[in-house]
Amino acid sequence: MSDTALHTPETLRSRSESVARSLPSLLLNAQHLAATILLGEHGRKRAGMGDEFWQYRPAEAGDAYRSIDWRRSARADTHFVRQTEWQAAQNLMLGVDDAASMTFTGHKSRPSKLRRAQTLAMALAILAVRGGERVGLTHLADPPKGGEAQLIRMAAALMDGHEPGDYGAPKPRILPVGSRAVFFSDFLGDPEAIESVLHQAADREVKGALVQILDPDEEHFPYDGRTVFESMTGAVRFETLKAKSLREEYLERLKARKARLKEITRRTGWQFHCHHTDKPAEPCLLWLYQTLERGHL
Amino acid sequence: MISNLAFTTPLLLTALIALPILWWLLRAVPPAPIRRRFPGVALLLGLKDDDSQTDKTPWWLLLLRMLAVAAAIIGFAGPVLNPQEDRAGSGPLLIAMDASWASAGDWQARLERVDLLLDEAARAGRPVAIVQLGALPEGDLPLQAANAWVGRVPSLSPRPFEPDMQAALTWAESLEGPVETFWFSDGLERDGRDDLIDAFQDLGSLSVFQGARDVLAVAPPRFEDGVIRVPAQRVGSTAPRDITITAHGLDPAGIPRELARGELGFAGGEMQATLDLDLPPELRNRITRFEIEGERSAGARALADDSLQRREVALIAGNPEREGQTLLSPLHFLREALEPTADIIEGELGDLLLAAPDAIIFADVAQLSPEEALEVTAWVQEGGLLVRFAGPRLAASDVARAELDPLLPVRLREGGRTVGGAMSWGEPKALRPFADGSPFFGLEIPEDVTATSQVLAQPDPMLADRTIAALADGTPLVTRSTLGQGSVVLFHVTANADWSNLPISGLFVQMLERLAVSTRPATPEVRDLSGTTWVPDEVLDAYGTLRDAGDMPGVAGEVLAEAPLSETLLPGVYAGDDRRVARNVIGPETTLAPATWPSDVPVEGMGVISPTNLMAAFLTGALALLLIDALAALWLSGRLSGLARGAALFAALMLTAPEVEAQALTTEEELALLATTDITLAYVETGDTRIDEVSRAGLQGLSNTLWQRTSVEPAPPIGVNLETDELAFFPMLYWPVTPDQALPSDTAYARLNTYLRSGGMIVFDTRDADIGGFGAATPTGRRLRQIAAPLDIPPLEPIPSDHVLTRTFYLLQDFPGRHLSREVWVEASPPDAEQVEGMPFRNLNDGVTPVVIGGNDWAAAWAVDAGGRPMFPVGRGFTGERQREIAHRFGVNLVMHVLSGNYKSDQVHVPALLDRLGQ
Repeated sequence: MSDTALHTPETLRSRSESVARSLPSLLLNAQHLAATILLGEHGRKRAGMGDEFWQYRPAEAGDAYRSIDWRRSARADTHFVRQTEWQAAQNLMLGVDDAASMTFTGHKSRPSKLRRAQTLAMALAILAVRGGERVGLTHLADPPKGGEAQLIRMAAALMDGHEPGDYGAPKPRILPVGSRAVFFSDFLGDPEAIESVLHQAADREVKGALVQILDPDEEHFPYDGRTVFESMTGAVRFETLKAKSLREEYLERLKARKARLKEITRRTGWQFHCHHTDKPAEPCLLWLYQTLERGHL
Repeated sequence: MISNLAFTTPLLLTALIALPILWWLLRAVPPAPIRRRFPGVALLLGLKDDDSQTDKTPWWLLLLRMLAVAAAIIGFAGPVLNPQEDRAGSGPLLIAMDASWASAGDWQARLERVDLLLDEAARAGRPVAIVQLGALPEGDLPLQAANAWVGRVPSLSPRPFEPDMQAALTWAESLEGPVETFWFSDGLERDGRDDLIDAFQDLGSLSVFQGARDVLAVAPPRFEDGVIRVPAQRVGSTAPRDITITAHGLDPAGIPRELARGELGFAGGEMQATLDLDLPPELRNRITRFEIEGERSAGARALADDSLQRREVALIAGNPEREGQTLLSPLHFLREALEPTADIIEGELGDLLLAAPDAIIFADVAQLSPEEALEVTAWVQEGGLLVRFAGPRLAASDVARAELDPLLPVRLREGGRTVGGAMSWGEPKALRPFADGSPFFGLEIPEDVTATSQVLAQPDPMLADRTIAALADGTPLVTRSTLGQGSVVLFHVTANADWSNLPISGLFVQMLERLAVSTRPATPEVRDLSGTTWVPDEVLDAYGTLRDAGDMPGVAGEVLAEAPLSETLLPGVYAGDDRRVARNVIGPETTLAPATWPSDVPVEGMGVISPTNLMAAFLTGALALLLIDALAALWLSGRLSGLARGAALFAALMLTAPEVEAQALTTEEELALLATTDITLAYVETGDTRIDEVSRAGLQGLSNTLWQRTSVEPAPPIGVNLETDELAFFPMLYWPVTPDQALPSDTAYARLNTYLRSGGMIVFDTRDADIGGFGAATPTGRRLRQIAAPLDIPPLEPIPSDHVLTRTFYLLQDFPGRHLSREVWVEASPPDAEQVEGMPFRNLNDGVTPVVIGGNDWAAAWAVDAGGRPMFPVGRGFTGERQREIAHRFGVNLVMHVLSGNYKSDQVHVPALLDRLGQ
């Protein structure tokens, strides 16, 4: 699934086939993951437009006849109006970094970072659609939509095409005012870009979360000996004679990067979460779900 | 140590000078980098390595590599440990070998020494002749190139006898020098050796090679004072030494095995010792040879012939012995005569016959009961020897008066006669010389042996033939007749000195020996053996291995008795008419002595440290070091991932660990394992592929049902072949009967009956309930009767409604398969089973019914295909499916019945069952 990153236009046919093959799999993975979270409508706990019954209240002057619930009223002397709970759909924008660095995996038993990001994003999208929200992808021009069809469109879009370059940054093309947004990336690229995007989002009253997805190798740096490190496209090279001696400094820098991301999110009212691909996806999804829930209230 | 090390190409060692250069080169070149894709490289940019030393190869790795290179250089220089110094010499070389039995113990060492000498001779280009003194070549010296001998050395073998020194001397004197001689001596002194030394020295220089190993020998055992004495001797060291001597022979089952063993110690300085073995006669008679344990030579074997075997003689007296009058006892002189050479047993005639003695002696026994007479006659006819002595009772009895008694050789005249007594005329009669043809022929008759009384034989045409000893007047003293394979001998006098002084003479003993009552003396004498021919039965080789003589020609008695052992008279066991004689390497009088050599003859030992070529060891070491270096280099550069580490470790282990081969299971073991790991249902293979397949599928369906519904979780069913497979593993056999099925063999029936008796159950299915009831009405029913006839099957009855099969798991009253017949037969309930008032069923017998017989084709109802769907339709519509369900339930009940027995018959469960039955 993650290897589509290396495809070129010349291998369009094989890419299409692999996408067609993996699409149900992505949906299935995401559905499976989404099923682990008990679903509930995001009711506003007050009367309004919606499907769910909220309360009967005595009819008052000004209520239209057609709003009177005759069946309930027949059992009493007064008239009652049947109110439903106000349910308003939210917009959830999902951004998945699909640059080359995301296709890395340190061990063949672990999924690539991209695959994990796609799975989490789709799971979140499924949860949102089931909850009656509208979802969309930030790198598409289409506005967020609800319904199963949107899920399939999203899955196709997620599998379709990859950003050139080693490191990606969220580049939201559409970000509705007051919506929620979640960005999945390893955030190993230029932190300035992320910062500017978050400021821009905060200006539009968009709240959300950054999910940093890292491979355990990136987290622990288990290398030793004379090594030439290359980025996934090979554009960046770095040679060391004794990789082990760099470990401390690398970890220091990674820690600083995380601290910076946390600082940005704190200032813009966003949330930050770091997820490792050797851990199951469910806790991360649960964290996202609860974070977005809280955002609603 | 160093002085023992040499190099074949020492010049190569100069390459060691290059090692420091190599050191410097290796230090200069850092290990190659590894390329790694890593997204986190963005965070690494700008970092600096803390020091520049780490790119150099670590010192210990360098050392490892230096060692490897040094080992390789030294290895190619060809190191040799203990290099052999060539001995000087030229001209033809004679290697003379005693090659006697005494060389067999260290024959391999001798051959290796010969190999070394041949190597030297080959280097010096000397022609060589190898001659075994026991097998001298015809004509001139067989001189050949040393290399031509190398291939023939392993085929040289020692001879099981000592070389004839006289012949060797003659041969050596016929040679023309100059010839250098290497003499491989066996270390034993023998006559004529000094002359041979002189002869060899006349030809050229002489060197002697002699092993340091002790020569152990065992002489033929003697039987003395009730014990077997085995004399052993040694040549060589004088230190105290313990050896073990084992006695071998056939056990009662005819299998050769060790019968006895004894420890024997040579004291310090003592060269001879004797082992005393006290063995029961039964064991003693079985011994065929003695061996010195761990000693491989013909001298360490002593073959026992008949001399160890002692005859068992039963003595029976007609009148009970009177206490205190030993000399008057009829048996006293017999005992005295036989005691040293035979085993004597006494007692009741019936008991003695059971002991199967070689001979029975009746001293004045007149009348036997008819039964006893029959038994004794039968015993004689099978080869027994019955010796009877006359006496007052026999003289007074009516035995063999009117007609010939089979247990007496002649008819007897009444009363007997007395001559030379106080009341009679005449002199006591002396013995007439034994006639030619008599077994006593040749024995000297002492003049003072006389007889005063005797029983007389009736004149008879056969009397002369049967008389083997007579008195001077021609009256018979000893008569003999054959009876079957045995013979009956009558001494016409008493066994004590009453009637004759024969029993107290030496002649008496010799006569008994000739009659084969007692055992012959151990050593055969020329006189005994002259004129006879003896066929070798088993012969010894020099290593002391006894082998069948095959069709080797016989030897004359004189040769056997006296001639020294040679190629034509190998040591071994020789069989004659009625006895076996052993010729051993060591005779009773042989004494071994160590060889002595003149002081001008150099004597060398066999123990030469052969040169060890260390090249392979050094090169292997270098290779191993390089392997370790490769692993270490990988590890240093971080390329040794988990998998590679495992593989490397495995490879390293493979280099060192010996191969371990898994033990292959036999087919039977596989079946046993398969059948006993889980409960396994089994069906009998009928030979009809289609029916076997239905049986298998049926039992598979039943197994599935059991798995789903009960705690019985069977393994896939197995088809058993009654002729070959073990049945005991299976709780239940399903046996579909076909009209043309072959009847099982007797062994198969035996196995089936064992299976039934040990609690197995066979379900016979005639599969024909749709066309006929139970019985002989259908072909399969008739076949079933034939098949079941030899089986151990109890009385049967149709399943009664209260049979435990109706409630072992499900409550059932019908037992359908594809067919719906109610006639299913099981073991009949005991006739005394009665229903107790208030109980739903009778208190029936214990145990599982060994057979269930029906014709409902259950397997077809149970059968499922690979996908788990039923293979055959049952009935119609829902009723049919119900019938299939009941069939499955019956199957479950059946298996539960087999596994849990009459558990559901147990009255403890009655209340619960009552409750369920709604009564």
